[in-house]
Amino acid sequence: MIPLLIYAAIFVASFLIVSRVVRRAARRDFTALKTVTFGDESAVVSDRWASVISIVTIFVLWGMFTGSALLPGFLHAPGPFEGVATFDYTAQTPDGERDDATVTVLVHPVDQKVEAPEVDPGDGWARNDSATVGMWRSGLIRVDRNDELGRAEGAEVVAVNGEPIAPGGSVGTEFGRVGMSPKGTLNFEPDKGWQMEPIWLPSPEAVVVRMGEIAGEGFRGSTLWEHLGYSLFRVVVGFFFGALLGIPLGYAMGLSNWFRGWFDPIVEFMRPVPPLALIPLVIIWAGIGETGKIILLFLAALWIMAIAARSGVSGVAISKVHAAYSLGASKWQIMRHVIMPNSLPEIFTGARVAMGVCWGTVVAAELVAAEKGAGMMIMVASKFQNTDIVIMGIILIGVIGFGIDMLMRWAERVMVPWKGKV
Amino acid sequence: MSGLAIENLSMRFDLPGGTSVQALQDVSLHLKEGELLSVLGPSGCGKTTLLNILAGFLAPTEGQVVMNGHRVTGPDAERGMVFQQGALFEWMNVRDNVSFGPRMKGMGRAEMAGIVDHLLEVVGLRDFKDKAVYELSGGMQQRVALARCLANDPDVILMDEPLGALDALTREKMQSLVLKLWKETGKTIILITHSVEEALLLGERLLVMAPRPGRIHKEYRLPFADMGVGADLREVKKHPDYAPTREEILNMIWNMEEEIMGRVEAGA
Repeated sequence: MIPLLIYAAIFVASFLIVSRVVRRAARRDFTALKTVTFGDESAVVSDRWASVISIVTIFVLWGMFTGSALLPGFLHAPGPFEGVATFDYTAQTPDGERDDATVTVLVHPVDQKVEAPEVDPGDGWARNDSATVGMWRSGLIRVDRNDELGRAEGAEVVAVNGEPIAPGGSVGTEFGRVGMSPKGTLNFEPDKGWQMEPIWLPSPEAVVVRMGEIAGEGFRGSTLWEHLGYSLFRVVVGFFFGALLGIPLGYAMGLSNWFRGWFDPIVEFMRPVPPLALIPLVIIWAGIGETGKIILLFLAALWIMAIAARSGVSGVAISKVHAAYSLGASKWQIMRHVIMPNSLPEIFTGARVAMGVCWGTVVAAELVAAEKGAGMMIMVASKFQNTDIVIMGIILIGVIGFGIDMLMRWAERVMVPWKGKV
Repeated sequence: MSGLAIENLSMRFDLPGGTSVQALQDVSLHLKEGELLSVLGPSGCGKTTLLNILAGFLAPTEGQVVMNGHRVTGPDAERGMVFQQGALFEWMNVRDNVSFGPRMKGMGRAEMAGIVDHLLEVVGLRDFKDKAVYELSGGMQQRVALARCLANDPDVILMDEPLGALDALTREKMQSLVLKLWKETGKTIILITHSVEEALLLGERLLVMAPRPGRIHKEYRLPFADMGVGADLREVKKHPDYAPTREEILNMIWNMEEEIMGRVEAGA
């Protein structure tokens, strides 16, 4: 909740700052008025400042709530308590005799092995205690264990730091909360602060360090590049075969009534079936190896490419075909010089969609079962609570997916420059 | 026998539900080589159907078209066609669009380059040879379409409202260009248009068609096309016969349109 409020505050504040300070000198035009005519797409353009601040904000918030070393300390959200905490307790015997003692607790990072601090037992029948508790954890402390008059003698703890306490109740201290179990044992819960525990969300630099480690040492017997490369390889090969069969199939469906009638029911039925739903069947038929994955991606790309090619062929303006005929072109020449180039924009749109679907499908298929791959990497890491690897994997998968789309757009611009200009 | 003979053409389209539309009924016409014919008529009078039959895209239900002594059975390079717009190939530059016909026939590069250069010079696009067609204005695109059609050296050029989508100024320039090409190449041209002025200016012969069923209503022989060659078309419009003829044809078409709407009062 707090991060969300901070996020909203940054959103509003940066908008006000940028619009008041940066935009002050900018020329005023009627763009702001144009947006009133909803649907005028050209009137709303992406604000560069907003994009930059948006990305920076995400990383700053991530750093703030994970205590990142990349951020100056004053920006950190309050962290969990770490170090030596002390509190006093008061014990009372059945005949009303009271004695005080001090408990010293060493609060330590959970991945460190520590010894309880040595303490002077002190005087009186209640003795001073020491214990260790991990950060973000809590620990039961049997303070009467070393007392001369303990639970066995009927003595019980009645106050912490002078405040009375009863089973089920609790007392706040400057180091955290001291609670009492129904049986009367004290339970110390050091202050958790606002930061996230690394097991939920590691700091940005931890993710970067882990990426360096995995890029160097690999993960589960394969390097990082092998994992990512295998995923990419499956996508490219699956898509390639999908396009290789799908495009001619789409052409045939766009040109022949018989083909259209024969394949329409199949294509129209298979298109809405999510490729993920085919994973179990593909595993039964082809196992979890490369063949199965490639068959799955082939099926994911096939229908999309067939439909794209079909609509590319059907979408040719009849006047273009007529013009070619009256210029003396043969059927085959019209196919080659008019229908095929005319269908390219549609095919590229289809290819972009298909690549996106394939990339999503391959990660999901690897989550289910794989020996190598980006999806397998994050799935296995999650089982060992290696959250840093999971986050690293998600970021890399996102970057690659984005890269694929950029590449397809670039290819589209180069190969079909007339798209959207006719 | 040279020229184009249209003999008793009828065209009926069957509609779903058992009804049918008589798009053309018993249309006959003979065109000599080098004649310029404009065809005018309200929508639904079958003028586009007629053109599609002449081009060979449609087979008539009755009658036939005879061209240079043989019967038309399909599209052919001897009958070139210029469309309204959007019939250029966007994936080719201006040069490749113009040379499309000769290239399909397998003409040699050098000969093709000569034809392209000459025709682009004629239509005034010499400096736009390597441009993409979608970078050109609407008027320039139609110039490319004309050049592409001429590159094939057809005997007859069929024009389906080729200037319909252009603005008034560009349209006037293009009308002069069509007249110039007609005179220089000596081609037979059939031009379909919605504009009475255009039909008057670009028709040695002018055919007014009537709808339901599509048929020839009246034919004119006009002097304006000959006068317009190489002259200012605005001067042609000042000819004493121009305005009366225009009014006569406009009235004719108005009456037809009103008849379609069923708004002609009895006895009027």
